[in-house]
Amino acid sequence: MSFISSIENVGEYALLMKKVLTIPDRMSEFLKEFIKGVFFLGVNSIWIVVIISFFIGAVIVLQIALNIDSPMLPRFTVGMVSREIILLEFSSTIMCLILAGKVGSNVASEIGTMRITEQIDALDIMGVNSANYLIFPKIASFVAFMPVLVIFSMFTGLSGGYIICLVLGTPSVETYVYGIQAFFRESFIWYSIAKSMVFGFIIASVAAYFGYTAKGGALEVGQASTNSVVINSVLILVCDLVFTQLVLG
Amino acid sequence: MIEVKNLRKEFDGEIVLDNINASFQNGMVNMIIGKSGSGKTVLLKCLVGLLSPTSGEIRYDGKNFVGLKSKEVRRLRRDIGMLFQGAALFDSRTVLENVMFPLDMFSRKNRRERKKRAEFCLERVNLLEAANLYPSEISGGMKKRAAIARAIALNPKYLFCDEPNSGLDPKTSQLIDELIHDLTKDFSMTTIVVSHDMNSVINIGDKVIFINEGVKEWEGNKTEVMGTDNEKLNDFVFASDLFKKIKEAEEEKG
Repeated sequence: MSFISSIENVGEYALLMKKVLTIPDRMSEFLKEFIKGVFFLGVNSIWIVVIISFFIGAVIVLQIALNIDSPMLPRFTVGMVSREIILLEFSSTIMCLILAGKVGSNVASEIGTMRITEQIDALDIMGVNSANYLIFPKIASFVAFMPVLVIFSMFTGLSGGYIICLVLGTPSVETYVYGIQAFFRESFIWYSIAKSMVFGFIIASVAAYFGYTAKGGALEVGQASTNSVVINSVLILVCDLVFTQLVLG
Repeated sequence: MIEVKNLRKEFDGEIVLDNINASFQNGMVNMIIGKSGSGKTVLLKCLVGLLSPTSGEIRYDGKNFVGLKSKEVRRLRRDIGMLFQGAALFDSRTVLENVMFPLDMFSRKNRRERKKRAEFCLERVNLLEAANLYPSEISGGMKKRAAIARAIALNPKYLFCDEPNSGLDPKTSQLIDELIHDLTKDFSMTTIVVSHDMNSVINIGDKVIFINEGVKEWEGNKTEVMGTDNEKLNDFVFASDLFKKIKEAEEEKG
């Protein structure tokens, strides 16, 4: 992707978002699509969030317990550090990287297939604002459901750590529970939720952009899907760096 | 009535359509014919605004479509129905839901009335029995009929059909042609059909425009098309052995 075409893509994306972020033609149709989006993009992602968060939470606790083995550091540090990692980075950033793959590819391929089979043209010919009708409910539903996914991820991530403490006994469950409560700052949860909502917008809108602008056939839809995952991942990491410096730095 | 004046379309400097002038009357099936790659689908896409012309005018009942604001374009498009080459039905909706979609979006009628209208349209194309099936569960011909039902749901003034017979057997093609013809007359629509199927031209072409290499080469009706002196049109019409033999038989008859 050359520099010029990247700039063109940014311009196209901005113009598309201008079409997307308008008042829907029919609110009842928007709500129908919104509810579908909550189910297909949000509820259907809970299982992957729960599974990954549980195991990564367990691994984080295990790794920290194995590597922080110093008489200078109290054992509750394991729980405290694990909590900070899970709350601040894993449940928002890493979870969103995973969702960029699952949800991003789903959105890009669905909209891309509609584009190449002329379904989007059919919407346009009917006088429907196709960008608004197809993309806005997906963005809105995914952003709205993001806090639920993040909270599920935080809870199951910390539960994974709890289970590993219960099984291995190092640190003890009591020390771990004390650790995850020690020096707790509620604002980190809100920061994490807010960050993930921004990432949710990026995931759904960038994926929709690649799908909406797909041209050609099945091969190009596949490429659009891949591009959306790659660009989403890069954008999430860059934004994470910026947010971390701006908010916590 | 739709009028096209001095229409030109270029892609990256390459001229695809040049100086197209034509008018399409109400209550008539207007056919745009030509070889593959001649520019007829580009013309159709310019007419419905899926592509913007490089220059020229497209007037819908006197109102220039080119250069309208997107909101005005959307408003005008509510008077347009279109049958796409691949039908373009929404995969996630049943046939009935597909036909109801434009009504759900733009009609002020209540749900029962909208459903009644959709069922009327499906009955009109003889497809009521497939109302609850999904597009993946019906044949190509049924998809085309469902797409026609969806196109006429809002009672449009203009109907556009892109290769309505592609991929269909001759009998189904004829059914689709007759349906387009009858609907045009019944609802007094301005219908424009892009096709390279000469059977359709002979069946329903009230007015025929022949496009060759992006230029309007000939204009006439279905009876004139068989007896034209235009060489390029003759090459196109009589490329098929069947039509060649019909012409020879007619010449033998004297």
